[in-house]
Amino acid sequence: MEPVTDPPDKIALRCSSVHRYLGEGEGRVHVLKGVSFEAHRGQVYAVVGPSGCGKSTLLYLLGLLDRQDGGDIWINGRLMSNSSDAERTAARGINIGFVFQFHFLMQEFTSLENVMMPMRKLGRLTEAAMRERAHELLSAVGMGDKTHRLGTQLSGGEQQRVAIARSLANAPAIILADEPTGNLDQRNSGIVFDFLTQLAKQNGQAVIIVTHNPEIAGRCDAVRSMRDGVFL
Amino acid sequence: MSPNLRIASRFLTAKKRAMLMSLSCIVLGVGLFVVTQATTSGFEQFFIRTILGTNGAIRIEDRIQDTMRSMQAGGQNSNSNFYIALRTEGKKYIEGIEEPKLLVDALRRFENVAGVSEVLHGPVIIRSSFKSESVRAYGINVDDHLRVSDLGSQIIQGHISDFRDKPSGALLGKEMADRLQLTVGDSFILESQGESRRYRVSAIYETGVADIDRVRIYLNMSEARSLLKKPTGASFIQVSLFDKDRAPQDAQHMVAVLQYSAASWQEREKTWLEVFRALRISTAITVSVFTLIAGLAMFNTLAMIVMEKTKEIAILRSMGYTRGDISQIFLWQAAIVLMLGTVTGWVLGAVVTYAISNFPIRIRGIFATDTFIVSWSIWHYVAATATAVIMVMAASLIPARRAARLEPGDVIRGTAQ
Repeated sequence: MEPVTDPPDKIALRCSSVHRYLGEGEGRVHVLKGVSFEAHRGQVYAVVGPSGCGKSTLLYLLGLLDRQDGGDIWINGRLMSNSSDAERTAARGINIGFVFQFHFLMQEFTSLENVMMPMRKLGRLTEAAMRERAHELLSAVGMGDKTHRLGTQLSGGEQQRVAIARSLANAPAIILADEPTGNLDQRNSGIVFDFLTQLAKQNGQAVIIVTHNPEIAGRCDAVRSMRDGVFL
Repeated sequence: MSPNLRIASRFLTAKKRAMLMSLSCIVLGVGLFVVTQATTSGFEQFFIRTILGTNGAIRIEDRIQDTMRSMQAGGQNSNSNFYIALRTEGKKYIEGIEEPKLLVDALRRFENVAGVSEVLHGPVIIRSSFKSESVRAYGINVDDHLRVSDLGSQIIQGHISDFRDKPSGALLGKEMADRLQLTVGDSFILESQGESRRYRVSAIYETGVADIDRVRIYLNMSEARSLLKKPTGASFIQVSLFDKDRAPQDAQHMVAVLQYSAASWQEREKTWLEVFRALRISTAITVSVFTLIAGLAMFNTLAMIVMEKTKEIAILRSMGYTRGDISQIFLWQAAIVLMLGTVTGWVLGAVVTYAISNFPIRIRGIFATDTFIVSWSIWHYVAATATAVIMVMAASLIPARRAARLEPGDVIRGTAQ
């Protein structure tokens, strides 16, 4: 990973002129058309726009889950555009926490084990310390009394809260949330959003939320609207 | 426990039935492999024990004499008496042992030789009150012969001491005694070269080898010399070894040193040993089909799990789990089932082997047994495990690599749409 720029410490994530095509042959679509974006620590950003405008595609690129066809991405000041799969994987484990629309909990594991999973991979803490931190995070999202329930024994809202706790497990600099409230009712949406933003602000993390929900977007620090692969 | 092993063990519960199918095939494959190897090796080793106990590890039989073709220098009409050897023509075998005592002394100096016994044999006619048959009389010095054979333990009626003590005593094979309706204490007549002598049955032996039990009658050496009219010499010398597996090398050494032909048990029984080897390999191949099915079942199960767990794979990748970790998670699943299946297969194999060893079966002809013969060897378990590991892990590599190649972005995008 080669440092290309030395951005101010407050910038957790930056992308410049990012292009992405999806599909093959005649079905090939230019989804992102030179998108540039910057996320500061302790700030919550909403990316809004109609379906198919490229919001989620941008999020996956920023989360290093996908590779851009053009442009550059920096994570914590490190250029990740041409990094190897191993470097990108390591960067995800250390710097990025994900919250997805469909929760994606590991159903065979308890809430506690789900939250401990990123910590186990990183291997920085002892078993006892991991367990304690997972308990703290689950308590913070109001799931302290359901730590030993399997994913299948939790409601949608509860699963999403566990997913938020899991995204914060390794204290990443960036939280990327793709429609985190998309599958939840209004009450649960509010609870989940509050937990996410509150914890992120406490820990000085940059949060980028892709959402269709105008109410959620309205409560973020900044809103970026997208249409046809560009920010308006 | 490593995170990958922890995840793998939980993923196993996702496809219980399919995993049980794979597990059953591994158990059967390993268990049957062990059982078939134990039985085929058991019979082979019993056969080897039988031939060592009857004909010894090495048999010294004929004297070897090199022959040379020679020609007279100067042509046919020349008066020259100058000869040159052109080349060795080959070997000439002179039947029997002329000086057995000297040879026995020489053989006893070989480091690996445990016992030496000179044997004189010849054709005789045996007459009982019931019938007559052509058989072969074997003259032995009983104490020497007991050191190179299991004759003592092959006695099924009577006592070897009666044979030792009475010059007119004889040891009859069980089949011969049955055909002539002779039992211990009965007398019979042996005829050879126009002379008839009366003997008494001291004991009846059974080797299980039909060719021996039907035609071989043991006499004390002095009686045999007198009956067969061979006051000196011997037909062959039977040798037993401390380490039977060194017989071919020792035989070769004896030929070089003594200039007598020496046949190791491996050389004499090559045909039967090859039959047993072929049988052992063919059963191993047949039984390996179960392990192959286990491999295919494992491939199928893991491929299904990979398809069903794509979003879990994607989320693991998003958390920082590498492609290697994902591959390892699926290989661990195969390894866990393999370990469980192998250990259970060992137990199954051992239990069935034990049960079979008590299964009554009467075999006579190449050896004598009334139950299945099994061999207990750690190497049967090692070979069964190696077969299972190779087949199951090879079959698991493809789905594991496929899981590792999944792009998390593609999976999440596909799930979200």
